[in-house]
Amino acid sequence: MSSTAHAPAAEPASPLLEIRGVEKRFSLSGDFLEQLKFKGGKLVREQKHVHAINGVDLDIQRGEALCVVGESGCGKSTVARTVMGLLHPSAGEIRYDGERIDDLSHQALMPYRRRMQMIFQNPYASLNPRMTIQQTLEEPIRLHHPDWSAQRVKDQVAEVMDSVGIAADWGARYGHEFSGGQRQRIAIARALAVDPEFIVADEPISALDVSIQAQVLNLLMEAQQQRNLTYLFITHDLAVVEHFGTRVAVMYLGRVCEVAPTATLFARPRHPYTQALMSAIPRLEDDRPQHIRLQGEVPTPVNLPSGCVFHGRCPHANARCRSEIPELIVSDDGSQVACHAVEEGRID
Amino acid sequence: MALLDVNNLDVRFALRRGDVQALRDVCFSLERGERLGIVGESGAGKSVAAFSLLNLIAKPGYIAGGSIRFDGQELTAMSDRGLRHVRGHRMSMIFQDPMMTLNPVLTIGEQMVECLKAHRRISTKEARAISLRKLEQVQIPSPAARLDQYPHELSGGMRQRVIIAIALLLDPDIIIADEPTTALDVTIQAEIMALLLELCEKHNVGLILITHDLGVVSQVTQRMLVMYAGRVIEQGPTREIINDPQHPYTQGLINALPQMATPGARLNQIPGSMPSLDNLPSGCAFHPRCGFLKRADGSTRHACTDEVPDFVTSGNCRVACHMVAEMLDRERIPAEEIR
Repeated sequence: MSSTAHAPAAEPASPLLEIRGVEKRFSLSGDFLEQLKFKGGKLVREQKHVHAINGVDLDIQRGEALCVVGESGCGKSTVARTVMGLLHPSAGEIRYDGERIDDLSHQALMPYRRRMQMIFQNPYASLNPRMTIQQTLEEPIRLHHPDWSAQRVKDQVAEVMDSVGIAADWGARYGHEFSGGQRQRIAIARALAVDPEFIVADEPISALDVSIQAQVLNLLMEAQQQRNLTYLFITHDLAVVEHFGTRVAVMYLGRVCEVAPTATLFARPRHPYTQALMSAIPRLEDDRPQHIRLQGEVPTPVNLPSGCVFHGRCPHANARCRSEIPELIVSDDGSQVACHAVEEGRID
Repeated sequence: MALLDVNNLDVRFALRRGDVQALRDVCFSLERGERLGIVGESGAGKSVAAFSLLNLIAKPGYIAGGSIRFDGQELTAMSDRGLRHVRGHRMSMIFQDPMMTLNPVLTIGEQMVECLKAHRRISTKEARAISLRKLEQVQIPSPAARLDQYPHELSGGMRQRVIIAIALLLDPDIIIADEPTTALDVTIQAEIMALLLELCEKHNVGLILITHDLGVVSQVTQRMLVMYAGRVIEQGPTREIINDPQHPYTQGLINALPQMATPGARLNQIPGSMPSLDNLPSGCAFHPRCGFLKRADGSTRHACTDEVPDFVTSGNCRVACHMVAEMLDRERIPAEEIR
């Protein structure tokens, strides 16, 4: 039973996107013959998996920017790709606007593909080097609106180029002629070209310089206001989250450990991992590192720890944490925390 | 005299279309045990500055002028043999990507012993004992076992700890760290930075930290340089620059950080992007992006577009900006008139 079922009844309209108990495993053992091993004189079949995400429940409300944060390997990009249908979940379901989309055929998914668009991390890799900017931006429009006239397509391209601050006469140029920040603007324009309502942005500013990050973040916020967009924003940078996010989901080793409105989370992080993560952000006003020291390092997602995935590094872990997996529990301030210590009141 | 004194350093890259000047008039110094941050965006020249200290600039790059004096010796005029003695031994370097720095076909122990034996006449046994002590200092779990492991068996954070241990192996006077934590996660980054700071303080080792992260600079360093398009544009005590930046670029860089803005509000962005080094704007390289080209009364400050700004001293900081120079002049005159 997922804890989201007993969320407050005062919830407004149904969420735009619902992620229910989604799991994704990647096989490490190759094909059937490679899985066969000799053990103790017997032929046995062994399968190893990377458990990228294990039972993630998330709702994304219309018009909000849900930020997913976590360190590398926590499964945040897998969540983004699974939502977009680029990966098929091993278990669980994804609903978009009330309709289940994770089991649709390629053809049936097409209308949703227009409504959901994605922006990738590396603008050097996400633009086709052999296409001009004009071609890059026309392609999704032609694909989703085969009935549009050439002029209408051109007008639409001109409109999105203008809205991201790329001069319309640059359309004849190729991706390599632009700087990183400009390329990311083009990638954003490509996502906006088909008038989507939902955008998944996977670390869209991590590859950019500080002064350019601000330009791109401003652009994403403007687009959200003007087009009433909903974002699923994947990042590892908590300072960006604090600025950009409506709500934040913190992930650790394939599980969501805390979901809360941004202001609530930053004022009062409750999960021990969230607390450690937030203390590790280097702040301008610090004269020395002020982080909470965690024991050890992130365990491998191949052999998941029993119980709470964080127990090996948590200063508050006890016997229950080592055996029982904590579920997200809604607390009085609207945040959801998956932690036995918080639930039992052992920590504040 | 400072331990390290860099003056008017000029580094160029000889390309077919002509020389590209990667560093111009770079001046800074480092006292024994001092921690200096070099901040700037990609292409500002911060890594070139660090590499040139040990004359590690790869061809077609070369040091075209200026001096680097280290402990009384001129490094730019030194023979390869002399430089080899300085590298690793007196000044060591930590690079960004721990996987690229470690040799994948040698065990950690072999790499550490190799480094020690290259500089000192000692037995393998002694070298292993020193290596083990250094691994203990960087707080690696089960250090004795690590000596016989290969780099791929360690996590990113542990590899960077090994690199720090190697950098400390010969008890250098200065460690140059080029974005040492950029490839790591935030919690690991915090651990590594705290460790580096602790070791530098404990052994009185100087640190030159190259980074784009102003938060890290503020936590770790005592003084900082801000670089833009191959020049140092502002330098001084870290706390003073962070709290009260003088140069419009430094101001823009700090104000562009999301932590400086109210959540959800528009961020203060610097328009445009850094110019390419082979096509620098005239005058101050920052002028096309600068918001202070016009004076408060609306008149244009022609110096910004025509002349390269010199350093002026403002408090404990040195700033290369015509506007700051003008403001300082204006403040100075009334003070003298009163007298």
